[in-house]
Amino acid sequence: MISPSETPRLRVEHLRTVFRLADGRDAAAVDDVSFDIGAGETLGLVGESGSGKSVTALSIIRLVSAPGRIASGRVELDGRNLLDLDEGAMRHVRGRRIGFVFQEPMVALDPVYTIGYQIAETLAVHGLARGAAARARAVELLDAVRVPDPARRARDYPHQLSGGLRQRAMIALAIAADPTLVIADEPTTALDVTVQAEILELLRDMRRKLSLSMLLITHDLGIIAMMADRVAVMYAGRIVEQAPVDRLFAAPAHPYTRGLMASIPGAQPGRQLTAIPGSVPAIGQAGVGCAFAPRCPDRFEPCGERAPSITVVDAGHDVRCFLNEPAMRPTGRGRP
Amino acid sequence: MTPLLDVRHLVKEFPGRGGWFRKHDVVCAVDDVSFSIGTGETFGLVGESGSGKTTIGRCVLRLVEPTSGQVKFKDLDVLALGPREMRQARRHLQIVFQDPYSSLNPRMRVGDIVREPLTIHRIGTREERAGRVRQLFELVGLDPNDVVKYPHEFSGGQRQRIGVARAIALEPSLVICDEPVSALDVSVQAQVVNLLIDLQRRLGLTYLFIAHDLRLVRQICDRVAVMYRGRLVEVAPAERVFTTPVHAYTKALLSAIPHLKPGQKLERIPFDERSFTRADLREVEAGHWAAI
Repeated sequence: MISPSETPRLRVEHLRTVFRLADGRDAAAVDDVSFDIGAGETLGLVGESGSGKSVTALSIIRLVSAPGRIASGRVELDGRNLLDLDEGAMRHVRGRRIGFVFQEPMVALDPVYTIGYQIAETLAVHGLARGAAARARAVELLDAVRVPDPARRARDYPHQLSGGLRQRAMIALAIAADPTLVIADEPTTALDVTVQAEILELLRDMRRKLSLSMLLITHDLGIIAMMADRVAVMYAGRIVEQAPVDRLFAAPAHPYTRGLMASIPGAQPGRQLTAIPGSVPAIGQAGVGCAFAPRCPDRFEPCGERAPSITVVDAGHDVRCFLNEPAMRPTGRGRP
Repeated sequence: MTPLLDVRHLVKEFPGRGGWFRKHDVVCAVDDVSFSIGTGETFGLVGESGSGKTTIGRCVLRLVEPTSGQVKFKDLDVLALGPREMRQARRHLQIVFQDPYSSLNPRMRVGDIVREPLTIHRIGTREERAGRVRQLFELVGLDPNDVVKYPHEFSGGQRQRIGVARAIALEPSLVICDEPVSALDVSVQAQVVNLLIDLQRRLGLTYLFIAHDLRLVRQICDRVAVMYRGRLVEVAPAERVFTTPVHAYTKALLSAIPHLKPGQKLERIPFDERSFTRADLREVEAGHWAAI
């Protein structure tokens, strides 16, 4: 947790990113999203496909491509609004100040260059090392992310590496320029569970050694429990609940969060799972009310009429749900 | 009890690296695998990518031809069947694929997709088939009026329901579920899993459930087989596999599952690949087999 007086490493305020639909309307993929990440803190961003979590990440590094655009809001890194920077300054931020780890290393790594070359090139671009020194540093970085035989592996092309090694190489690339924030978007989703465990342990290790702040995007609550200090739950472009990780697991306040937790196999006894009916709305398809209302077991009158605003239920724990607004709560349906 | 499906010494080799003029190496995707599944049972097959679990499912259906071994389904010697007999046998052996986005023909109306097996096997009259399709839509929780729509008009979960409706159209006794929910959103996965459980109860289905989600397998399977490098390393009732695993690889695999309790560190049990031996399964306790 960070005290209100200090500047958080990353502060996202009222971020809104829209996509132009075929009919000319703008639909918000990210809508009024606000969160802070303190120094050395990891915020887990949980959501299903289409919830807007990846667009949030791309908005932070300003890589939203057309027909999407950032419509409004602020993204402050160490107090500086990234949305005001020109493209040249932004290029310096990407890679140098913010490193990224994506789900699919084959997308982030260039197939025609060796991984050692790519790491050395990143160091050179940011003016940190050149030539033999950069190549030597690349090998050090591969060693730091526990790539076995790093000097030899540095000369390999991405396709010559296994999925786990490629993900390690991408982590080496992400931390090469000594960033303060790492954005990891589903970093282990394509990996087997044993390799996933190794990569998560590596990320924890790197985070501690380099005092990194981290935005960790995942759909897996197990990974959240293992990695996050605080959690933001996204649904249909909005953060519907935000809390310290212990608190979120012990007392989830939003019906969607409760539904997600209940739908994990093993959460309930018996063979049947607890499902959330319906499906995630497509972008631009949510109605005027709470986007989760059509699937919500607890919906009541106001839910279909307008979107709930943010209610603070406890220190650092807030939720967008009428059930948690004391004045709105229907009698006998509130939860203690 | 006679098993519904009995697989003995199944082997599937694929040509590996090699040149045109060099002898090919072979990769043994399935390496002498034996197991049997009882009627009404849900038998889980778990393992990491490349362990051979999908290949086993495909060999049973002869979507790929096994190199050797025996597959008995009821009294049928599946691997000895000619093409016409195999088509007949497929009435009773069906599969639900992983990806509901690529496994449905985008140019066909979903009603026709579900009707196709009925047409191929010349079941009922045209009207009877149309009625059966509507009935199947209801059975899997879809609106029968949607039969005229195309796959892209449905969400991933609904598409997987269409895949399930097609698989059960011929009233099969064994359905191979190959990662049936791994492409779906978490909140929708449970709907499809519940549908499969419900259909099993109502139609007396037997499932070979191939998955990498260990929590899910624990929840819904009666027995579980763990695969590693083409071999079965452990076969036991689901709870036993998860509470008292015997094989070193099973222990390592289970120890890598993240806990759902915040702040709890994984106590991982390492597995040294070099220690792996091709031991045969032996019964370490009644119904609990391990390759040690």
